[in-house]
Amino acid sequence: MNLTESFLTALDSLRANTLRSVLTMLGVIIGVGAVIGLVSIGNGVQQSVTADFEALGSNLLTIFTDRDNSGGYPSLTLGDVDALADPLNAPSISEVAASINRQQLVTWGNGEYNTSIVGVTANYLVVNNLTEFLAGDGLYQPDIDTAARVAVIGQEVATELFGEEFPVGQEIKIGDINYEVIGVLEEQGQAPGSNPDETVYIPITTAQQRLGVERTRRGEKAVDTITAVAASDEVIDAATEELTEVLRERHDIIFADEDDFRILSNASILDTIGNVLGLLTVFLGAIAGISLVVGGIGIMNIMLVSVTERTREIGIRKAIGALKRDILTQFLLESIVLSLVGGGIGIGLGYLISYLAEQFGDIPTFVSPQSIGLATGISITIGIVFGIFPAWRAASLRPIEALRYE
Amino acid sequence: MMDLTNITKSYEMGNQVVHALRGVNMHVDEGEYVAIMGPSGSGKSTLMNIIGCLDVPTAGTYMLDGIDVSDMSDNDQARIRNQRIGFVFQQFNLLPRTSALKQVSLPLMYAGVPRSERNARAKESLTIVGLGDRTHHKPDELSGGQQQRVAVARALAVNPNIILADEPTGALDTKTGEELMEIFDQLHDDGITIVMITHDREVAERARRIVTLRDGLIVSDEQINHQKEVAS
Ligand SMILES: Nc1ncnc2c1ncn2[C@@H]1O[C@H](COP(=O)(O)OP(=O)(O)OP(=O)(O)O)[C@@H](O)[C@H]1O
Ligand SMILES: [Mg+2]
Repeated sequence: MNLTESFLTALDSLRANTLRSVLTMLGVIIGVGAVIGLVSIGNGVQQSVTADFEALGSNLLTIFTDRDNSGGYPSLTLGDVDALADPLNAPSISEVAASINRQQLVTWGNGEYNTSIVGVTANYLVVNNLTEFLAGDGLYQPDIDTAARVAVIGQEVATELFGEEFPVGQEIKIGDINYEVIGVLEEQGQAPGSNPDETVYIPITTAQQRLGVERTRRGEKAVDTITAVAASDEVIDAATEELTEVLRERHDIIFADEDDFRILSNASILDTIGNVLGLLTVFLGAIAGISLVVGGIGIMNIMLVSVTERTREIGIRKAIGALKRDILTQFLLESIVLSLVGGGIGIGLGYLISYLAEQFGDIPTFVSPQSIGLATGISITIGIVFGIFPAWRAASLRPIEALRYE
Repeated sequence: MMDLTNITKSYEMGNQVVHALRGVNMHVDEGEYVAIMGPSGSGKSTLMNIIGCLDVPTAGTYMLDGIDVSDMSDNDQARIRNQRIGFVFQQFNLLPRTSALKQVSLPLMYAGVPRSERNARAKESLTIVGLGDRTHHKPDELSGGQQQRVAVARALAVNPNIILADEPTGALDTKTGEELMEIFDQLHDDGITIVMITHDREVAERARRIVTLRDGLIVSDEQINHQKEVAS
């Protein structure tokens, strides 16, 4: 019997037993679909969070006061910012920005909105990629130098306070002080650690004057955060060293003492987050793997359950002249067809799960070729092994034993 | 053509041994029409399965056309079942959910007959047993008698020269049983060797020879002269 005949026989047999075929396929479909779908969610979340951080710039270094080592005083000042911005001191650093962060009530007319007010240096918005405006413009050095009472607001702040009104040129109140709105940022979306849409940006000097300022141990006006940009990804480590050196010297920290500041690099945060998210993907993959096992057991069950009927069928086929090889080829082809078709539909189901998660669950997804390969590979293997094993057993019986099988 | 010498068959059931055949000697010539009778459990089916290469004896030799069956490979035996022997079982043994035409063309497929020719020959077989108009019916859409006739058509499809039937009328009523016997008469007239197991003396007397088994041994072997019956 040639392969075409075997194939047509397999198809005949599958068609004659539609219910059994569908049930077997269902196992493969669920197994493959679940794995692809779940892994796509894990991968998607990982990629999207990673991309968020990369958009922030992986060469950003953020410096905070370490109050445990500064006697409880803040330690960073605008003087530090100027020193770091000097290429003679820190050649690996290309930009340095500083900010002060407060939570305050912002009002306009009858509207009020409690949100974060961030006092910033002129380059802060650029360093943080906040360069697209719905209206107006950003902050410039003269605004800082003159401690101007101007504000750039996030898109959400604008809608909350102004609704349909045009914000630029209007005066908003923070505390008792009026500020002129000079720019509205485009919608940015949640970024790790901050939400620009819900933020009001004012000159850092104004913030130091108007929002109340902390002082360092020496009585200088302090800033909360310094953001330094390494000249490239390759010099992040060098930049970190230069930063440490300059700041230790300026803060008069002697040899044995600890730094009174801490440096966080986006690159290292990215690493940590990557690890956590990788774990998430593994976890989802494990759940998916379990569905694969369940699906596999389903395939196995239906194959084994149909064994009585099929053993008799094999007995009949052998009695009328089928060779063992004919039987094995037929069953192998049946299993392959079921597994492949089931696998194909399962891949479709996986894409559907991923699509639905994205559309209705607002979860980013990414279908990876590896998950497709793994899921389909395993299901097909299970389908074929458990499709052919009972057949092989039955085909090895004498015809009369197979015919008698109950 | 069939030579059985000292055939025994025993089954081990735990620590108990069942002797189904205890040394059967039998010779069947080409074209003979043999009925095998005997009480239940006497070893009739066991004997027929050995004759049909569905099973092997525990001891003894079975020569088919001068060739020792125990010397043949599984595949050779399968080819003999396919091309030389047609089986009719008491329980029909049709494939579930498969049309009559497909059932009958199955042995032809295993014989390597091309698809186009297969359908024509299967249809021909079905017509011989009077089911030319039921080719697309599945077993559960056919009566017991019709199912048995599909089984006969399947047995006939490859033009075997031996028909082995294990209580072919066992599950049929008298009338459909009679119709089946007429088909067998026809096959006998065409020169096909028939070995048929039956409990029914009347059915057995359609054959030309009745072999009786008891406790795994042949206890009588009688020829029947039909000419005489017709004359009297
Ligand atoms: N597979 C088997 N395992 C164990 N014992 C068996 C097996 N097949 C048959 N036997 C035993 O062998 C003996 C002969 O069985 P066989 O089926 O040949 O009888 P039979 O003459 O065909 O009976 P019946 O008229 O009831 O069909 C019986 O005692 C039976 O129990
Ligand atoms: Mg019997």
